Amino acid sequence: MSNNKKYWKGLEELNNSPSFQKVKSEEFNEYLPAEDFLGDKEVLESSDTSRRDFLKYLGFGVTAASLAACEAPVNKVIPYVVKGDKTNPGVANYFATNYFDGFDYCDIVVKTREGRPIKIEGNKKSPLTNGAINARVNSSVLSLYDEKRYRAPQMGGESTSWSKFNRTIKKRLSNAIVAGGKVRILTNTITSPSTKKLVSEFVAANPSADIKHVSYDAVSASGMLEANKESFGVAALPTYDLSKAKSIVSIGADFMNSFPSSLELTSQYAKGRKPENGWMSKHFQFEASLSLSGTNADVRMPMKPSEYGKTVVAIYNYLNGNKSGAAPKVKMAAEHLLSNKGESIVLCGSNDKNIQNVVVAINQMLGNYGKTINIDKPSFQRQGMDADVAGLVKELKGGSVDVLIIDGANPVYNLPADMDFKGAMSKAKTSIVFATRPNETSVEAKMVGAAAHYLESWNDENAVAGHYSLTQPSISPLFDTKQLQDCLMYWMGLDGNYYDYIKATWSAVTFPMQSQSLLFEDFWNTTLEDGFFSLNTTESRNATFTDNSASGVSAIAKIKSSELEIEFYSKVGIGSGNQSHNPWLQELPDPVSKITWDNYIAMNPVEARAKGFATEYGEQKDADTINITVNGVVYENVPVVGQPGQAPGTVSVAVGYGQVIGKSNEVIGFNAYSAMKGMKNYSTDVSMEAAGGKYQIATTQTHQTVMGRTSIVRETTLDVFQKGVKDNYNPAHMLATHEGPMNINDVDLWAAHPVATAGHHWGMSIDLNSCIGCGSCVTSCNSENNVPVVGKDEVRRSREMHWIRVDRYFSSTPDSLETRSYGEMEQPEDNPQVVHQPMMCQHCNHAPCETVCPVAATTHSNEGINQMTYNRCIGTRYCANNCPYKVRRFNWFNYMGYDKFADLNPSQDDLGRMVLNPDVTVRARGVMEKCSLCIQKIQTGKLDAKKESRPVMDGDIETACSSACPTNAITFGDYNDKTSRVLAASQSTRAYRVIEEVGTQSNVYYQTKVRNVEPNIA
Amino acid sequence: MHQEAAIRQPLILGEKSYGNITEDVMASVVGKANKSWWIAIGIASIMAAWGIGCILYLIGTGIGTWGLNKTVGWAWDITNFVWWVGIGHAGTLISAVLLLFRQKWRMAINRSAEAMTIFAVMMAAVWPGIHMGRIWLAYFVFPLPNQFGPLWVNFNSPLLWDVFAISTYFSVSLVFWYIGLIPDFATIRDKVTQVVPKKVYTLLAFGWTGNAKAWNRFEEISLVLAGLATPLVFSVHSIVSMDFATSVIPGWHTTIFPPYFVSGAVFSGFAMVLTLLIIMRKVMNLEDYITIKHIEYMNIVIIVTGSIVGVAYLTELFISWYSGVEYEAYAFINRATGPYWWAYWAMMTCNVLSPQVFWFKKLRTSIGFTFFMSIIVNIGMWFERFVIIVTSLHRDYLPSSWTMFHPTFVDIGCFIGTIGIFFVLFLLFARFFPVLPLNELKTILKSSGEQYKNQPTTEEH
Repeated sequence: MSNNKKYWKGLEELNNSPSFQKVKSEEFNEYLPAEDFLGDKEVLESSDTSRRDFLKYLGFGVTAASLAACEAPVNKVIPYVVKGDKTNPGVANYFATNYFDGFDYCDIVVKTREGRPIKIEGNKKSPLTNGAINARVNSSVLSLYDEKRYRAPQMGGESTSWSKFNRTIKKRLSNAIVAGGKVRILTNTITSPSTKKLVSEFVAANPSADIKHVSYDAVSASGMLEANKESFGVAALPTYDLSKAKSIVSIGADFMNSFPSSLELTSQYAKGRKPENGWMSKHFQFEASLSLSGTNADVRMPMKPSEYGKTVVAIYNYLNGNKSGAAPKVKMAAEHLLSNKGESIVLCGSNDKNIQNVVVAINQMLGNYGKTINIDKPSFQRQGMDADVAGLVKELKGGSVDVLIIDGANPVYNLPADMDFKGAMSKAKTSIVFATRPNETSVEAKMVGAAAHYLESWNDENAVAGHYSLTQPSISPLFDTKQLQDCLMYWMGLDGNYYDYIKATWSAVTFPMQSQSLLFEDFWNTTLEDGFFSLNTTESRNATFTDNSASGVSAIAKIKSSELEIEFYSKVGIGSGNQSHNPWLQELPDPVSKITWDNYIAMNPVEARAKGFATEYGEQKDADTINITVNGVVYENVPVVGQPGQAPGTVSVAVGYGQVIGKSNEVIGFNAYSAMKGMKNYSTDVSMEAAGGKYQIATTQTHQTVMGRTSIVRETTLDVFQKGVKDNYNPAHMLATHEGPMNINDVDLWAAHPVATAGHHWGMSIDLNSCIGCGSCVTSCNSENNVPVVGKDEVRRSREMHWIRVDRYFSSTPDSLETRSYGEMEQPEDNPQVVHQPMMCQHCNHAPCETVCPVAATTHSNEGINQMTYNRCIGTRYCANNCPYKVRRFNWFNYMGYDKFADLNPSQDDLGRMVLNPDVTVRARGVMEKCSLCIQKIQTGKLDAKKESRPVMDGDIETACSSACPTNAITFGDYNDKTSRVLAASQSTRAYRVIEEVGTQSNVYYQTKVRNVEPNIA
Repeated sequence: MHQEAAIRQPLILGEKSYGNITEDVMASVVGKANKSWWIAIGIASIMAAWGIGCILYLIGTGIGTWGLNKTVGWAWDITNFVWWVGIGHAGTLISAVLLLFRQKWRMAINRSAEAMTIFAVMMAAVWPGIHMGRIWLAYFVFPLPNQFGPLWVNFNSPLLWDVFAISTYFSVSLVFWYIGLIPDFATIRDKVTQVVPKKVYTLLAFGWTGNAKAWNRFEEISLVLAGLATPLVFSVHSIVSMDFATSVIPGWHTTIFPPYFVSGAVFSGFAMVLTLLIIMRKVMNLEDYITIKHIEYMNIVIIVTGSIVGVAYLTELFISWYSGVEYEAYAFINRATGPYWWAYWAMMTCNVLSPQVFWFKKLRTSIGFTFFMSIIVNIGMWFERFVIIVTSLHRDYLPSSWTMFHPTFVDIGCFIGTIGIFFVLFLLFARFFPVLPLNELKTILKSSGEQYKNQPTTEEH
């Protein structure tokens, strides 16, 4: 039923008055002025906006708005729209690859976070390098983010495009080839089979032209190559096995640092230095400058570099029965070699083929070939023949070279001055240099190819016969860079890219060598994942031996000595100088002198004192300067430092310095390569005079001896150790109490932390017998923990920030207060014994730092770790003062922002900051920091184990230092895990804690150093 | 009235009436400042401004502007802190301990000694503040309720004890000083005529009426505060010494430190009082009140405390040998013969040897020589702290970390700055405050005033 009710909106409607009816009839019951406006023609015409305009604006507005909406604004941080495969924020990815710069070869694993490589670790699977890594290799990640890298190819000093660059070169190359001209490619040693194949194809494809590939090594091993060629017909280096050698005699060979394949040798060496094995190798070192290897030698004899040959001959003669006239230590070495035939190695660092010929003969006589030395499995890590590069320079000077292509090498810098490579290079019609950053050679070149960093490149390496590895990029090129190989393929008119080429080469050459994988793709992927492919057996060539020792001996007899000789050596941080722009390496203290940011003339302290030069330097004490002339090259005002162990009558200088660094182009040190006439690593043509100047030297350790303190470093000899009476070599600290003598650890005022019973109890063990002092742990820690670089001036103020340092102590004779005064004990011996002691936060269970912090910013975790809470720290530095180990580091400045460090600290620019580990806080000014035992890695390890529902296994978690140690001297683990290596190490008879009598109950144990010397040998 | 033996030397010289005392003390307050005051405050202000500049630079740039390093984490900062705290000991000792022992001679010196204490403690408090890496978080050291969870300060830390010890000492000293000033402010209030000063002194005088009840309360509160302050005199520097004594660093870890520090503090405090008063009595014509006898008394305190300090130094040396601890032994041999030997011998000469000359009456009553010695003692006591802090730290357990400390201009500037601020404050005090407790002095005028002592006693037996 319909509703008839009617509702009114108001009384007006009910009344329905005329006025209401009028209002109701109008749509807009108020007055609208539209008619006034539209009706007024004058007003309407004076307006600029027509209907047409209005529509135009409307149309534009809508279009503009919709167009703008099509493109997202570019922000610095872009979230993944499509997330990269396996790229999970917060989860690290690891890529196996390798490092080879012509000096160091290493199989590595690159850690990337969010696509950025941030850390380089040794590849533990590699049978060649066994996971060993050194400071130079693990710091190379920083070179990727070098602010000064070439960002595009250069022509005539201007940036250009690759297409233009390549077209120009292709044209010039084809002109030269058509004209039958000379094309020369100059590189460091190349071990890449694909690159070599490519170059040989390039040569083969252009038979009309004279194309040649020349390789050279700045630190040359030409003498060894030649000797092996003459003796065995193989112009390569042998591979060694130091782990089997009971007697190691090195004459001027720094096999832990600069000798070819030093990483392999280092990891092998450590295996023969375990006194628990019942035997230990005995290491003799004859050398002029105190090298890293020399610091680890059991018996060391300083001698002039010109006497290396004579020493080799003396050993040779001794072995041949002519025992007269050998120096006592030479005699001792020869005797030891004789009693360890087939289990010994004689190495020599000389670049003289005659000496090397005799060395080969000695090793042959000792029956070491086939046992500890293998020439049938050669190493290709040095291939440069000095004569080849000299020949190239001659050709260049003759003006006959049309196109000169240089890749990776920096010959203007590292060839001797008398070769005048700069002048020679300018005579080439076209010079093309591939370099990652401007260097001495690239600035001279007409065309510069912006080379890709090795972490952005594809390549393959065959460092040692039977060991093939793949270099894969872990990031796409940051800049518009290319590899030479890709360009060469374009110049040659080949299709595809170098990646395809490598794959094709491997498919044809390497794949057939193996039998595990049936499909090439499987083989390729496995190799890529492992980083290498290693053949267990290698083709046995059974090289026949030709004895050249007689001619060697007679040639050696002609070697003349002089009053003063100089030896050129490579420093542990800078090596050959390929990375001398790398601030981590510059700030890494030299393991021997502890000097950073400089090279210098090292002189025997006794001689230096006699000449009136300061032998104490560092902090505010300056070194004196000299003018030194070597082979006619004059170095003015270079610093001279007293180096214990330096042979009298010699000085030594490190190569690799004298390059510019930082944004202000500061030159660090001086270029000693210039004086290396004939690429010989020593010279007898030296004269020097005091220059009267002063030079600021930055060193991290100004005090050289241990002052007879027996509870810091403990050492003994092998016989004492083998007798097995612990009290003789590692006595416990006893306290006299009213109850009789008690062990220091049983006398305690404090309640123990509850870490011994439940959960984890992290700790570390450091074997002083394995530690060689190389500093790999230091740079590894730098990159893992974002340790700032502070520069020379701050190091001079003793403010380096390294969380781990390697303390180096020289012996003084005898190290005892009973016979010597404190003043005498401060002076190192002339030919000292050396101890390297890695020192970082000891994570004391009774930590002196924890009690004194007024705000409880440093506390003990229930896993035994002494923790720093940065954002609670107010910076009183009380903890650092009260630390008996002095391992705490204070942020004196804002290293990430303060002007003083803009030039030094890579993390002050956007590019350099990319290397920072996102898991570790970058510390603010005014807070204390120190070793955290890589707490972020512990957390990751615990989480991984938890996700897999299993306990953390021993070895799951490695700290940055323990993983970087090439000799496995550092072991990290859980004391509450009864099977852990660290628990076993802490219970070993060699285990002690540094300054245990202070009662800190630290979680870091050290293992007593054992020297293989007779007690009476100094 | 308290009677005093006639053979005791008078403490107020000359023919003084009560009115004279008021006039003499108020002369500086009502009169115009003389030229030397303007020169002095000018120099002090420049030093203060320079120091404040250095402090701002320090706070703006970082602790790295000082010469500290990885091994020597404290040097001039804490040296200056302990030095100033030490100086701040004399005032309260004089006013509190000597009050309890009813030593009347304290009255001439206690006001300015206390002022010195207050200013010295203020200067001392600057150092723990600015030595922090992040001074903007300095409030973390107070046990404040917070939202960070159960986050509390570390009650084990001697640095935290310092916070409590110094703030307590400062507040008690300030109250004690101010209570003493009230009757004198009232006297000034009643005397001055200018409008603004009158208003200010009225305010400062807290409505003091001077009736017997007020005086009675005044005496009582003085006694109570003296009782409170006396243990503080000993606790503050004992606690400061625990910054070192509770540590593990050889040369710091020493149980002798608390008494040794307290006597050293009194020693340096009296030296500073002498430095200030010898100038003040001359410039402000107060020779009648601060007499040779006063100076002699203070010099005697200096011999006693200096000798205690000397014994402490020798005890330390003996124990370092007797303990058989090689680090301890080395720390002390290094002090005497190491690279900082000059600091050690400067300390030994200034603190142990030179005060012994005060055994000669002629020297301890010589104003010029006393002034010279007071400076020497202050230098010596600065070196004592420097020696303890820097030479212990710079060569401790691990020789690899041994370093030296090299001060920068900021180290020097900040130190000079606190001296400047201190003198500005003291000069302002000398200009506007009653530098002698004039009302208290009046209480001893009849017993120890020269003219009364020389009169024959009027009362017959």
